[in-house]
Amino acid sequence: MTKPRTTGLKPWFSLGGIAVFAVLLLAIAPLVLTDHWLNNLGKYCCWAIAAVGIGLAWGRGGMLAMGQGVFFALGAYAMAMHLTLETAGDRVPGFMVLYDPLAPLPVFWEPFRSAGFTLLAIVLLPVVVAGALGYALFKRRVKGAYFAILTQALAVALATLISSTIRETGGDTGLSDFKYFFGFVLNDPANRLMVYLIAAALLIVCLLAVWQLYRSRFGELLVATRDAEERVRFLGYDPANVKLVAFVVSALMASIGGAMFVPIVGIITPAEIGAAASILMIAGVALGGRASLFGPALGAMAVGWGQSSLGSTWPDGWTYLLGLLFVVVILFLPNGLSSLPAKLMRRARRSPAERPAPAIAPAQLEEVRS
Amino acid sequence: MTDALVVTDLHVEFSGFVAVGGVSFDAHPGEVRFLIGPNGAGKTTCIDAITGLTRGTGSARLGDQELLGRPVHKIVRLGVGRTFQTASVFDELTVLQNLDIAAGRHRRSASLLRARRGVGASIEHALAETGLTGELATPAGILSHGQKQWLEIAMLLVQDARVLLLDEPVAGMSQDERTATGELLQRIAAKRIVLVVEHDMDFMRRFATRVTVLHQGQVLSQGTVAEVQADPKVQEVYLGTAGAATTAAMAVVLERED
Repeated sequence: MTKPRTTGLKPWFSLGGIAVFAVLLLAIAPLVLTDHWLNNLGKYCCWAIAAVGIGLAWGRGGMLAMGQGVFFALGAYAMAMHLTLETAGDRVPGFMVLYDPLAPLPVFWEPFRSAGFTLLAIVLLPVVVAGALGYALFKRRVKGAYFAILTQALAVALATLISSTIRETGGDTGLSDFKYFFGFVLNDPANRLMVYLIAAALLIVCLLAVWQLYRSRFGELLVATRDAEERVRFLGYDPANVKLVAFVVSALMASIGGAMFVPIVGIITPAEIGAAASILMIAGVALGGRASLFGPALGAMAVGWGQSSLGSTWPDGWTYLLGLLFVVVILFLPNGLSSLPAKLMRRARRSPAERPAPAIAPAQLEEVRS
Repeated sequence: MTDALVVTDLHVEFSGFVAVGGVSFDAHPGEVRFLIGPNGAGKTTCIDAITGLTRGTGSARLGDQELLGRPVHKIVRLGVGRTFQTASVFDELTVLQNLDIAAGRHRRSASLLRARRGVGASIEHALAETGLTGELATPAGILSHGQKQWLEIAMLLVQDARVLLLDEPVAGMSQDERTATGELLQRIAAKRIVLVVEHDMDFMRRFATRVTVLHQGQVLSQGTVAEVQADPKVQEVYLGTAGAATTAAMAVVLERED
């Protein structure tokens, strides 16, 4: 056994990066940010958690998951139903009795009274749904644009379903006005800080999880499957299983992001999980760099920040700016903004003097032509 | 000693077109078995059918196991490995990572979650065998064409394939690389079944133990190199109607024999 040269310092360097990120989010941010911006940062963390999962599925696995809103919704609505019931106490939630004062609580709401069931649902629902969906799609070798369109359609379908079932799910108005979070009063600034810290910590945990996945053999196998699925099959693996694992993990992350989104933002509506929201999640990942460790999270946070600062003061301009940024990045930095430092460094190192001379001098070429 | 690969009455049809119509041959460990024939003779289709890439009827048995009808990855797990006409390695991964993935079918799935520590003995052996030891950390995408082909063979070695089906392994190689590849095949064939699909008649002449000539999906001739070349049917096909490139190659070979 000899020491391979490939596993150098890079993974440990990335781990240091996660540590710095953790200190910034968990220690520095609460000290320097106002309550309002800390809450916003918490919201970006939720999108970032979903983005980390998209980076895994799309960046490393090559599955353009355009419907992560579905899994974001599973976590978000599970959490929102629990918080709604917690707020309503023994009574039926207010929006349900709006149309019919005697309306009973729908059967599928009942188990969400239990905190344990809710937490379990946030974890297990996306695993089961993504597992079944992924199994059906990957075993039938659905990939590329077909996979993207199919997942996107599911997000649209789910948003439409929620919109049209106003008595059961709150419809377009969504679920809101939560007063408690597992017994903690949500108005209390100390509790709001706690909720923020949970979201930020979960983001760090997700980053650590993909850090380990990327440096593991599974990470290598996933890249191999992305680049040459057929070849992987001829090495004795079933690529469907490899993709399934990555897709399920990414769905789980989207669900966790959705679940934390609810107590932080205080409302969940179909608009937050539909086609547009799902594409915005993808946009952040693409901008940041889909195959890198930090790119998806930072990209999602940047898009989130742009959304809430520029998006509110200059809504039209923001949409164009985002579109322009998207075009520029795809054209000049196909691997996202996170590939910029390495690119600049390579350019700086290769100063003009060191550049290799062209194999044929231009003058010679002219001679040949004439 | 490994069991033989026995193909009996193999048929492959593509919506009415018979690509392979009743081909039978066998291959044993200890011989470098060649499958030759003009373009469209059905050589690659035979390999595709044996490895489960295309559906074939008839029988292809490895020992007492029937291969036809199983999914690709299950056939691989029975010990059948193959390469492709265009070297297909994972360009973005290093030579070591490529080999490590190939070695993976003997590993438990839980170990996938850990990072690799060190280089396994089978990988070191395959690297030495194929002369790639110095390229351990090189991304496979920047290897030379010949090195990519060798990496593919190395991947089959760490995969511990009992049967190696090689589709034009020396296409695009220099003369020295061809010789090295041929000698490599003779070495590894001692304990494994090696079946080579080739266009290059000179390469075939130098390294084949036994040859099967296919023509329009049928076996035209079978035997040692000398027997096959002496067969008038083979001469007719190669010197008569077949593709220009192979005709020229075969003509050169026949001239030398004369």
